[in-house]
Amino acid sequence: MADLKTNFAGIECPNPFWLASAPPTNTGYQVMNAFCAGWGGAVWKTLGKPVVNVSSRYSAVSYKNSRMIGLNNIELITDRPLEINLKEMKEVKERFPKHALIASMMFETKEEWQDCVKRCEDIGIDGFELNFGCPHGMCERGMGSAVGQNPDVCERITSWVTEVAKKPVIVKLTPNVTDITKPALAAQRGGAKAVSLINTINSVTGINIDTMEPNPSVGGLSTHGGYCGPAVKPIALNMLSEVRNHPDFHLPVSGIGGIESWQDAVEFFLMGASTVQVCTAVMHYGFRIIGDLKEGLNDYLDSHKMKKVSDLTGIAAKKLRKWEELDLNYKIIAHISPDTCIGCQLCYAACEDGAHQSITLVPGVRVPKIKEDTCVGCNLCSLVCPVENCITMVPAGAGKPKLVWADHPKNPNQLKSYKSLT
Amino acid sequence: MTENKFSSIKPRMTKTESLVEASRCLFCHDAPCIRACPTSIDVPMFIRQIMTHNVKGAAKTIFTQNILGKSCAHVCPTEVLCEGACVYNHLNERPINIGRLQACATDWAIENNICFFKKGLPTNKKIAVVGGGPAGLACAHRLTVLGHDVVVYEANEKAGGLNTYGVAPYKYTNKDSLQEVNYISEIGFEIKTNTPVNNAMIHELEKKYDAIFLGTGLGKSKKLNVSGENLKGVCGASEFIYELRKKEQKISVGEKVIVLGGGNTAIDAAVESSKLGADVTVIYRRSEKEQNAYFFEVELAKKNNVKFIYLASPLEILGKETTEGLKCIKNKLEKKNGSKKSEIIPIKDSEFVIPCNMVILATGQEKMINFYSSIPDLELNNGKILVNNFFQTKNPKYFAGGDCINGGKEVVNAVADGRDAACGIHEYLMKGKFNG
Repeated sequence: MADLKTNFAGIECPNPFWLASAPPTNTGYQVMNAFCAGWGGAVWKTLGKPVVNVSSRYSAVSYKNSRMIGLNNIELITDRPLEINLKEMKEVKERFPKHALIASMMFETKEEWQDCVKRCEDIGIDGFELNFGCPHGMCERGMGSAVGQNPDVCERITSWVTEVAKKPVIVKLTPNVTDITKPALAAQRGGAKAVSLINTINSVTGINIDTMEPNPSVGGLSTHGGYCGPAVKPIALNMLSEVRNHPDFHLPVSGIGGIESWQDAVEFFLMGASTVQVCTAVMHYGFRIIGDLKEGLNDYLDSHKMKKVSDLTGIAAKKLRKWEELDLNYKIIAHISPDTCIGCQLCYAACEDGAHQSITLVPGVRVPKIKEDTCVGCNLCSLVCPVENCITMVPAGAGKPKLVWADHPKNPNQLKSYKSLT
Repeated sequence: MTENKFSSIKPRMTKTESLVEASRCLFCHDAPCIRACPTSIDVPMFIRQIMTHNVKGAAKTIFTQNILGKSCAHVCPTEVLCEGACVYNHLNERPINIGRLQACATDWAIENNICFFKKGLPTNKKIAVVGGGPAGLACAHRLTVLGHDVVVYEANEKAGGLNTYGVAPYKYTNKDSLQEVNYISEIGFEIKTNTPVNNAMIHELEKKYDAIFLGTGLGKSKKLNVSGENLKGVCGASEFIYELRKKEQKISVGEKVIVLGGGNTAIDAAVESSKLGADVTVIYRRSEKEQNAYFFEVELAKKNNVKFIYLASPLEILGKETTEGLKCIKNKLEKKNGSKKSEIIPIKDSEFVIPCNMVILATGQEKMINFYSSIPDLELNNGKILVNNFFQTKNPKYFAGGDCINGGKEVVNAVADGRDAACGIHEYLMKGKFNG
């Protein structure tokens, strides 16, 4: 059995699965239920100055039979008094001393930030997460993503907190930037011990075409919100890789963005995260999904003869390179297994209309044929095929030495080697 | 009680059910389900339209190919047609429930009276359609779309043919059928009910009309030619179902009913008798695997406590005035060299008697040879009217389709025939093609 115990920037927890700062961590009642169910940590719903929330707060994207593959919210930070939150956080920490309890915070002035740090440390929380990510409501007041989008402000406010905090400080980053490494490096300069990413993405999930009002409707009007859930995972993985692969960035990262299964979590670890945070999956299915997350991760580690989660960290990030580093001599072509093909011919339609006209039909035969001489190995047919392992991409033209763009005869710049590019 | 027993065996899908099911469709290229449909409905397209909440578009897609898309949705043996061809069968997954999805769209359009077609520009050509069943209605509708003036002659009190008088009521009700007939005829063709076309009348029609479509179906149930056939309690299956449909299932059956035959009509009569409270046995002269009834129909019968006796033939119906029993003999099958079907050999001294109060004959239907013989030059093959690829008979003015040319197939086959015969008639009248 692998050991799921994790030390994240000095914060100890029984497993790397944390609840993200969001509605599931609104109250002590919820967080205690989550810890009973097996979650390793929780980032409390963001503390701050009093706010009022609107009614109708979420909207979602559903695809065919899948409900809520993407979730959008226009909810603000906690709307409960700070005293009540602190009291409940204290109770949680007393009952669950070994679980990670992180205070998420969002304030305006230096005094407010530093005052809250002290009050939280007095009740024994394990760390802080600075909410520089919320893309709606709070940013209009100069907080949330307004901070995360400005590296100088990000660095300054981080340093206000790290100046007084004895516990580790995590900075939560917004994806609503062109280059996420800028705020990540700013947080590092400001003394943060870790970053977490991604917060939600600016979004409008859709429009009710009967009322012509965008979702979610608040009395006929709407506002853009923050997008999360399985749909955002590819964006989160890319941003995680950008931060992880930056040569000047050295902090641990808590991965966030559409994690629903243990496989998702493994992918985040392989891309360089040390813990993961989950929100939408819990809002959809409840706390009990943690059982499968832990068991699946444990079995995966065992089957790869790994002892701890950190053995995974960043393995795949190292394999994510610039396009120029890819081998232009690597060649695969599609192969259709006639035994498993069900004859839907979706591969034919996809290749014929949407790719390279390299699949043909034989009259009277449902199984399509690959034109091996023109197949470019794009994968599209294997992606649309509804049958598992029916279309496989098989290596072709083996034995050729690696050839990158810099050395390619068609490169107009005729660079001698890729190295001269960097 | 009776009402409940005869409720639809394929109940309507809820909106959620239809969306979930529609989402499963893979949208195959050159889809096998289209090829399996005799009317070539663009199944993946109408399912996609249901998925995108475009139910109106779905209904239009269906009705464009098959104006009786509603009855076909309910009565088609989809298991051996579109659903049988669904590629999911090769994945050992349940095929898409095409029939019930088609019912969603077509039921909605008819209930809301959404019409997609109007009468075409007048051609001043007049066509008589003999028979207001699926073939006749499909033909009349398409002819009207093409601009012709059409009158349908229907012998019965109501139009709809087998949809009204022949299919099992747990598949399609009288109300459904008549609503469908109204929906189809609203485009602007006349239906003269209670107007049987006899030998004399056909000549009148021939003078009045530019072309005639024969969609007459089949005749009465065949006789057995055994003694006792005229006893009370002996009836033909199609007549039995006719009565049942006409009286909305409010008929009585004997306590013990025997149905003779191995086809789908035998199963319909058996299941209906069972639902009416009878103890039912089906007797078929050949073996189980040779019967023409679809496997899912046989399953349905077994679920309704219908018993089966295979390899037995009737010798005599016993009784004084009313039916008291059926005397049968056991058979064995012998394969003869060269012949496809094995020969039935009665086993000596194997006679047995089953007590019963009712015998329903489902051993086939007569062809209307007497009527056909009154039409000059009409050529028959084994009692079926011979037609060319345009559904034109040897007499160029006459076209035909449905059971009277195929000997008895599905509603959907009749619809395809009627529709395509209309195109044949149009070509003939407008372009003078294939002059006989």
